[in-house]
Amino acid sequence: MTKEVKKDKSMVLQKEMIAKQFHELTTAKEQGKKVVYTFVPGNLSELIHAFDMIPVYPEINALQSGMRKKSGGFIKDAEKIGYSEDICTYVKCDVGMLINGNIGPFGEKIPSPDLLLLSYTGCFTFMKWFENLERLYPGVPVAMIHTPYQEEGQITAEMVEYMVKQLKDDVIPKMEQVSGKKYDEEKLKTILSYARETQELINQIFETPKNIPSPIDAYFAGVYYIGPINTGFRGTPEAVEYYKLLLEEIKERIQLGLGPVTPEGEMTEEKFRLVVEGPPNWTSFREFWKLFYEMGAVIVASSYTKVGGLYDLGFRHRPEQPLESLAEYCMNCYTNFNLPQRITILKKYIQEYKADGFLVHSIKSCNSFSAGQLAMMRKLENDLGVPVGFIESDLVDPRYFSYSNIKNRLESFFQMLTQRKLVSQ
Amino acid sequence: MEKLEKIVEECKEVVCDMNFQEAKQWKSEGKQRILVGYLPIYFPREMVWAANGLAVGIMGAGDYKQVIKGDAYYQSYICHLPRGIIDLALDGHFDGFDGFVFPSICDVIRNLSGIFQVEKIGHFSKYLDYPQNFKKEIGGEFYRKELDSILNKIFNINQVKTTKETLNNAIKLYNTNRRYLRLIYDIREKYPWRLSAYELYVIIRAGMVMPVDKHNQMLEIVVNEINKERGTPMDNIRVIIWGAFCEQMPLNLIKSIEMAGCYVIDDDFLIGSRWTTADIDESSEDPIGALVDAYLNHSTFSSSIYDVDNPKEKRLVQLAKQRKADGIIFASPSFCDPALLDTPICQKYCDKEGIKFISFQYSENVGQFKVIKEQVGAFSDSIKLWEETST
Ligand code: SF4
Ligand code: SF4
Repeated sequence: MTKEVKKDKSMVLQKEMIAKQFHELTTAKEQGKKVVYTFVPGNLSELIHAFDMIPVYPEINALQSGMRKKSGGFIKDAEKIGYSEDICTYVKCDVGMLINGNIGPFGEKIPSPDLLLLSYTGCFTFMKWFENLERLYPGVPVAMIHTPYQEEGQITAEMVEYMVKQLKDDVIPKMEQVSGKKYDEEKLKTILSYARETQELINQIFETPKNIPSPIDAYFAGVYYIGPINTGFRGTPEAVEYYKLLLEEIKERIQLGLGPVTPEGEMTEEKFRLVVEGPPNWTSFREFWKLFYEMGAVIVASSYTKVGGLYDLGFRHRPEQPLESLAEYCMNCYTNFNLPQRITILKKYIQEYKADGFLVHSIKSCNSFSAGQLAMMRKLENDLGVPVGFIESDLVDPRYFSYSNIKNRLESFFQMLTQRKLVSQ
Repeated sequence: MEKLEKIVEECKEVVCDMNFQEAKQWKSEGKQRILVGYLPIYFPREMVWAANGLAVGIMGAGDYKQVIKGDAYYQSYICHLPRGIIDLALDGHFDGFDGFVFPSICDVIRNLSGIFQVEKIGHFSKYLDYPQNFKKEIGGEFYRKELDSILNKIFNINQVKTTKETLNNAIKLYNTNRRYLRLIYDIREKYPWRLSAYELYVIIRAGMVMPVDKHNQMLEIVVNEINKERGTPMDNIRVIIWGAFCEQMPLNLIKSIEMAGCYVIDDDFLIGSRWTTADIDESSEDPIGALVDAYLNHSTFSSSIYDVDNPKEKRLVQLAKQRKADGIIFASPSFCDPALLDTPICQKYCDKEGIKFISFQYSENVGQFKVIKEQVGAFSDSIKLWEETST
């Protein structure tokens, strides 16, 4: 591991983009811009932008609060007003932030929503979350779009039609009303063509860990890479620029035979290649990552980085059919795939990325991800003979991150992988 | 033994039978009969009956079966219901079931449908995606396709096509069933001592695993019996229990709540049986359309529905007032996001409307009720005391 940490140009650019976005958000009301709260998976950011409104993603506020060690207090405050210890901590973190004045992770007030746009893709708790927010922001309009689950392992024409009808009948009219602007399909098409370009680029980026050594960590660094595309930049020229730059840098690393960049510099020896299922922990993100890179473990593919869309399975926005394509996008997020599909996807990753092991990071908060993970893990172990590991913590509740527990389990897992490698050599 | 006691006894046996003998017996008595298991909360059972089948409620293994295999499927922070169900499936309790329906009430049930697919349990596992859009031409059309898809799956197994007549006949039978249940709740509103919450619970739950015509006969007797005086009025408070719609309370916990000084005058334990609040058109030219209309326009309120225009907390408070409840007990299964995320909403509104409440969490296999019993007892005492001082 080299200790020299230099910031890549793409990192600097991303930082600038976020700062600009945040400034726009915090000054939204002065600029007369309307604010739409919505969720990351299956988000309709392009449509929000087509009405010149600004999206806010409560789960991003929660994860940022987690990274900045603010979530623990927020969660406790939500519990004090009746939110059970047992429920999703993203919701509690958000509610806690709100009752503390809605001061966001960067210390500035997040404007109240002018519209709650509920496209609860892949998670039922999203719906419950917004039911609570609606009461906490009395009078706020709600636009609801029910995203059918891929229960039969496919998206049918009927499912698309159902969603398009909801867009036309409820979502778009509400957006027109809130923004005071007419729906402009040409504008949406232009935005979607940028979205398509970013999707093409990020797909190439997440293909690069097929190289040995992998030039990136597709999980710990991957969560930074998916930031712009998932949170409001998809469909903007800035995002295209960012992803082009990022891809160039990664290609350069491949040419030089370099491994991933970690917070402590470049990883010099790739010992283990892993596929990870489940979101990361945010409250101890750095320590968590360190447990991997210190052992020479690189995550070559992960399901979490696909919560905003599975571009590797071919989905791209289609400007020529804007609403149909928004509908398909909503249904194309990882947790909206059924369990057999999720197993097939993970199998593909394990095989195509030549993984040495498969690891589940199970999240206490998240039934959408976690319920069924043990069955998936067993199936993958049986079908592929791949070594599997299991660790658990939470997203933003620091009470559920046990460093020693995770460390012990990971050490046993890495020992198993080492033995397996020795045997196969 | 009195008629009613006999029915309660019989129903209790049926409820505790995790081999579903009653349903399996029914299947064996006719050709092309099938069994379709369904999970909480609601499923239009009429369709299955019309297709020569019986929809069998799978409400979890409760404390009737020691769960061993199921625990290997679920992390400790997931509710108990799915582990019991997996255990039942893997131990062959559902042998003879043809398919399973998983209504869209939460991600645990949703993903359980996937585990059934992976483990190849039954001929089909259908995740029934309920629309959250209540317009006939949008949500209604989607829902209709969902129902058609279930009928097709059944047809593929037993080759029975439903007709207008068979569907209308089934709707009629289930209308009768719901009418009796509404009547029983109305009688209990006035005379709660005539049928305990525990007795009512086993009677309703038995109806989820036995043929509807047989259950209707039982309910008729129950209604007749409780139209007469039975039991002795006690100095109990009147409560509604809310939040227990999916993973069920152990029978002894229901008894404990009653023993702690409560008449449970309404609840959502088995709300699927009373989901439709009005009769469904039983002479329609389009009976599936009638079922769709019932879902869109006559559903009760529940954690699984986000009806923006008809908030559930107002409906709950309205119910409490209508039933003249002294208070509400919010009882939710541990780790149940849908129930637990509704609780703060409803409690806040109860506060505003001056309705007293307590809340606790439970699990279907919990064996110790001491703490809950004390909590409920204190609640009952405090309400009585408050009534005394305010009169
Ligand atoms: S349950 Fe999971 S997907 Fe849903 S809001 Fe919570 S963390 Fe997000
Ligand atoms: S008890 Fe709650 S979380 Fe568990 S399956 Fe039922 S609705 Fe889902």
